[in-house]
Amino acid sequence: MPLPYYVSPEQMMKDKAEYARKGIARGRSIVTLEYNEGILLVAENPSSLLHKVSEIYDRIAFAGVGKYNEFENLRIAGIRHADVKGYSYSRGDVTAKALANAYSQALGNIFTQDIKPFEVEVLVAEVGDDNGGKSEIYHILYDGTIEDEKNYAAMGGQAEEIRRFLKDHYQSAMTLDDALQLGVRALSVTQNKTLTERDLEVAVLDRTKERRKFRRLPPEALSQLLGTAK
Amino acid sequence: MTDDRRLHPFHDYVESSFVELLRRQSPHLLPGAEPVPGASDAPHGTTVLALRYRDGVIMAGDRQATAGYQVASRRIEKIFKADDLSGVGIAGAAGPAMEMAKLFQTELEHYEKVEGDNLSLDGKANKLGQMIRMNLQAAMMGLAVVPIFAGFDEKTGLGRLFKYDITGGRYEERDYDAQGSGSKDARDSLKKLWKREMPRDDALRTALEALIDAADEDVGTGGPDLVRGIFPTVKTITRSGFGDVADDEIRRVCEAILAVRTTAGNGS
Repeated sequence: MPLPYYVSPEQMMKDKAEYARKGIARGRSIVTLEYNEGILLVAENPSSLLHKVSEIYDRIAFAGVGKYNEFENLRIAGIRHADVKGYSYSRGDVTAKALANAYSQALGNIFTQDIKPFEVEVLVAEVGDDNGGKSEIYHILYDGTIEDEKNYAAMGGQAEEIRRFLKDHYQSAMTLDDALQLGVRALSVTQNKTLTERDLEVAVLDRTKERRKFRRLPPEALSQLLGTAK
Repeated sequence: MTDDRRLHPFHDYVESSFVELLRRQSPHLLPGAEPVPGASDAPHGTTVLALRYRDGVIMAGDRQATAGYQVASRRIEKIFKADDLSGVGIAGAAGPAMEMAKLFQTELEHYEKVEGDNLSLDGKANKLGQMIRMNLQAAMMGLAVVPIFAGFDEKTGLGRLFKYDITGGRYEERDYDAQGSGSKDARDSLKKLWKREMPRDDALRTALEALIDAADEDVGTGGPDLVRGIFPTVKTITRSGFGDVADDEIRRVCEAILAVRTTAGNGS
C-alpha cells in the first residue's frame, strides 16, 4: 500500500469545512420564526414537489438546506428515529432535543470520518404545548455543531445577512400573517427580485391543531396571506 | 448507509414501510414475534361492525373485553382511527389486536411522511392483511386477530370495507359486515335493517340496533350499560375525514331503541 502524503489534521478540517460551506452557500435560504400560535418555516424553493421543509412527528418539523440527497437522507433517518421511539415508548416521549442530538452526532461523525463532508445544514423545530410549554429550535451545522436558537433562525446561502435583518425586525407574539410577511422580507434582503408564492415553500407547526401540528400552506393560502398587506 | 446500499441503489425497496424498519432494527417489537402456547384465556374483544351509508362508512363496536367467562374490561375501545380517511375495528385477542392497530397507524403515518403522499385505500387494506398474516403463528395458539378495515376511497368517492381471516386473507364486502363473537347476530340484524344510501341518522340507528342484538344473544358482547353510562363506540368516515359520534347522541339513540323494544315486547 502506498504511503499517503501527510496532511495535518488542522489543514484537513479546514479544507473540509471550506468545502462544505461553499456547497451550502450555493443553495437558497430558509427562515424560521415563532409566532403567536406556533412556529413558521419559510423556504425559498421554486419546486412544489421536492420539499425542504417537512413533518417529522406530532410537534416536530425538519428543514434542510444544501445538497438535496443528503438532507433528504437525514430527514428520513429522523422520521425513523421518531417513529420507532414513539412506537416503543409513547408519542409524548419523542423530543426535538433527542433528535437534534442524533443529527449532531451523525453529521459530526461524517465530517471527521468520511472523505467528503455533508454539504447541509438542518433545523429541527418543536412547538410547545398549550400549557405554556416553550418552543424549541435547533440548528445543526455540517460538522455537527449544534445551536439552540431563540425566536428565529436562518440558514443557507445568505444566512448571516438574513439573521441580522431578523434581529432588527423580529417581534414576539406576531400573528401568522405578520410573521409570514417578515419571513418573506427577510429572504428577499439579499436579492433584488420580490418573492411570490411560487418561489416559496411554507409550513407551520400550528399549536391549535389536534395531534399532528404540521401543516403546509398551499399557494392559494399564501397569496391570500401575502396579498392582505398590499 | 451501508456499502451494500451503494452497490445496489434500489435494493432496499421497502424504504417507506415502518413494519419493515422494525423487522430490520428491532424485531422484538413486532407483535406476534414470540407466540406463547396456551394464552387463549387472554382477554378477547367481542363485536365490531361496519356498514356503508350515503356519505361513507360507519364503524361501531361494543365496549367489553371478555376472558373466558369473565368480563375483563367494560370500557375498552375497539374502533381506532388508522388515518384521516380510514379506521380499524378490532376483534379477537385484545392485546395483540390493539398492538396491531397501533402498528398499523404508525405504518400509515410513516409512509405518508416519508413519501409525502397517502397510500391508496387498497394499499392500506393489503398492508393490514400482511400484518395479520405475520400474526398467524400466534393465531394458531389462540391469539387470533381479525379486524375490519373501512375507509373512504378518494378515487371512487365511496366508502369501502374489508374483512379478513386469520391467515391474512382479505375480502371486500359491499354493504356491511361484523366481526367477533357476536358477529353472527349483528350480521343477521344488519341483513334486515340495512338499506342502500341510508342517511347518517338511519345508519347510526342500524349500527346500534345490530350491536344491541349481538349483546342480547352473545354472552361475550356488552350492551349499553345504563347504570355505569357506558355506550358503544361509533365513528363515521366520510370525505371530510374520520369523525366521532358524540356520546350523548349514542345514548339518546340507544335509549330510543330500548324504549321501542320495551313497549313492543321484542325478544322476550
